[in-house]
Amino acid sequence: MSAFPQPLTGRAAPLLVDNVDTDTIIPSREMRSTGRTGLAEGLFAPWRYSDADARIENPDFVLNQPDYRGTPILLGGANFGCGSSREHAVWALAEYGIRAIIAESFAPIFHGNCLRNFVLPVTLDRAAVEALAGKTIAVDLAAQEVRTQTDVHAFDIDPEAKQMLAEGLDAIDLTLAQASEIEQWTAADRTARPWVYLEPTR
Amino acid sequence: MAKTLFEKIWDTHAIATTAGGSTLIAIDRVFLHERTGAAALKRMAEMGRKVRDPARVFAVMDHIVDTRIGRGDGTLMQGGEGFITETRAACCEAGITLFDVNDRDQGIVHVISPEQGIVLPGVTLVAPDSHTCTQGAFGALAWGIGSSEAEHAMVTGTLRLERPKTMRVRIHGALSPGVTAKDMILTLISQHGAGGGAGHVVEFAGEAVTALDMEARMTLCNMATEFSAMTGLIAPDAKTFEYLSGRTYAPDDFGDPYWRSLATDEGAAFDCEIAIDASAIAPMVSWGTSPEQAVPVDASVPQGPARAHDYIDLDAGARLAGTPLDAAFIGSCTNSRISDLRRAARILEGRRIAPSIRKALVVPGSLAVKRQAEAEGLDKVFEAAGFEWRMSGCSLCFYAGGEGFPEGSRVISSTNRNFEGRQGPGIRTHIASPETVAASAIAGAIADPREYAREEQAA
Ligand code: SF4
Repeated sequence: MSAFPQPLTGRAAPLLVDNVDTDTIIPSREMRSTGRTGLAEGLFAPWRYSDADARIENPDFVLNQPDYRGTPILLGGANFGCGSSREHAVWALAEYGIRAIIAESFAPIFHGNCLRNFVLPVTLDRAAVEALAGKTIAVDLAAQEVRTQTDVHAFDIDPEAKQMLAEGLDAIDLTLAQASEIEQWTAADRTARPWVYLEPTR
Repeated sequence: MAKTLFEKIWDTHAIATTAGGSTLIAIDRVFLHERTGAAALKRMAEMGRKVRDPARVFAVMDHIVDTRIGRGDGTLMQGGEGFITETRAACCEAGITLFDVNDRDQGIVHVISPEQGIVLPGVTLVAPDSHTCTQGAFGALAWGIGSSEAEHAMVTGTLRLERPKTMRVRIHGALSPGVTAKDMILTLISQHGAGGGAGHVVEFAGEAVTALDMEARMTLCNMATEFSAMTGLIAPDAKTFEYLSGRTYAPDDFGDPYWRSLATDEGAAFDCEIAIDASAIAPMVSWGTSPEQAVPVDASVPQGPARAHDYIDLDAGARLAGTPLDAAFIGSCTNSRISDLRRAARILEGRRIAPSIRKALVVPGSLAVKRQAEAEGLDKVFEAAGFEWRMSGCSLCFYAGGEGFPEGSRVISSTNRNFEGRQGPGIRTHIASPETVAASAIAGAIADPREYAREEQAA
């Protein structure tokens, strides 16, 4: 996975349903190994296939329509990505090629998982999301804007998340750069809260 | 300045500010399971990284593990055994404590963490599992994360976080007989929406909350994630300390005044407050495919999204009570503890489930719960009533592709999610308390558990 494309352009595929859960984005039975790959085919399996086992496509599902097949931009409703914490939902979306999701709101764990995998979650109000449906749009992370030919929608993003996405930074490496502060804090904490620290007992 | 409980825990754990302006928060405990934890361990090994303090990282086999009696590593799920053997090897390699398939302390992560005294008041605890909020019942800041964040927490002992907002949900008054913590949380979510807690840490307070025992408090906090909250928590009190005293990983003694300081100060401000009257809460049953689509058992199905009505096959205006059922499930991190099993067994004792119920399972939350239940003879009550008695694990709380309910079943379930396909393709799930599951299994249709409560009161 890599830094966020600047800007990202594509046709906005409308999946304007509230409370899309991660069981629907990637059902448990599609998570067949402990790895992070081989998930794209199972993406949205319950909705994308009329027969998931035989992989027979449901022509009504948005990502099966010729205009949207393989698009990097998905639109969603409220509380997108709710339910199970499975990061496989984002791995499946990213492997399929989705790099930005524009929705009215996101479930918190899913939102964090997107950021860690360089998929941009953009929150816009419902009317703005609906107005993007089917349009070719540009998602500009640097300018924090979603643009159509006629409209510009500004969005908020945490500055740290923005930088990490734009530069493809690894959170663990960044944190390890502060290792001495962590060590210092831990040394003091051992005295303050000794009960937190455990000896291996098994 | 007056502080909320959340603020006290946050401030205690704030190590530093990052260049981007978030906070590095110290993580005291990490708990993994074989489904999402294996991915974190695998990636960590691939990157050549190590667990910073293995003594404070735990793992358990609960999600994919078989729950049929006599189980081993094999599961009905295709590839399931791989998750188990890989997790075992990775835990051994990383030096972290594993509660293995048939370890006597095995069980669902959020059931065994308190049983072992791994979660404590005032600690931060994370797990790559959304229902980690369950453990907030002990006054911990405990929340669900993804696998990448779990790797971050194991390797660095921290997470990079933006400070969440705070909400207090005060539930005053007293619950009526036959009404439970499950009904409290379903009421909150149905009234304020499945996204109602987004961006917030929710403190549950009020006399109806303090009146709950620790197991019911866990049920209440368990579904904070269905409210989209970062987590839920309840200030620790004498019940909390009594529950934890003597547990394997807990301190010997909670006499230090520090433990009493873990409460919201008088006058501390929350970003948002909600009040609920406990006496107005009825037994709740979900009618649709989101936990917000829940109503009192004696109400009719309201108008909701067409997709939900189609999937669940119930029209607006239909009476929920009396809807015929095909299966029943008692288990999950929401309602699988000994008190849940005792209450369900009390209703089932001397009765049989309806012949139309084709599959009925009781899955204890841990092997310790299972032993306790067997010592009390509850297993015999369930079996005599027509339920199967199982080993502990997540089981059919979610469908992993192995064991399933009969095709097209309508299930009454003590779990937390009624999503499309959550319990199997095409399976229609109604979530409710264990009492409601027991009463409904007897009736063969969604039923009001209060008639049993009244009977008990009369007796
Ligand atoms: S019992 Fe269900 S909700 Fe709880 S941890 Fe297991 S799968 Fe998740």
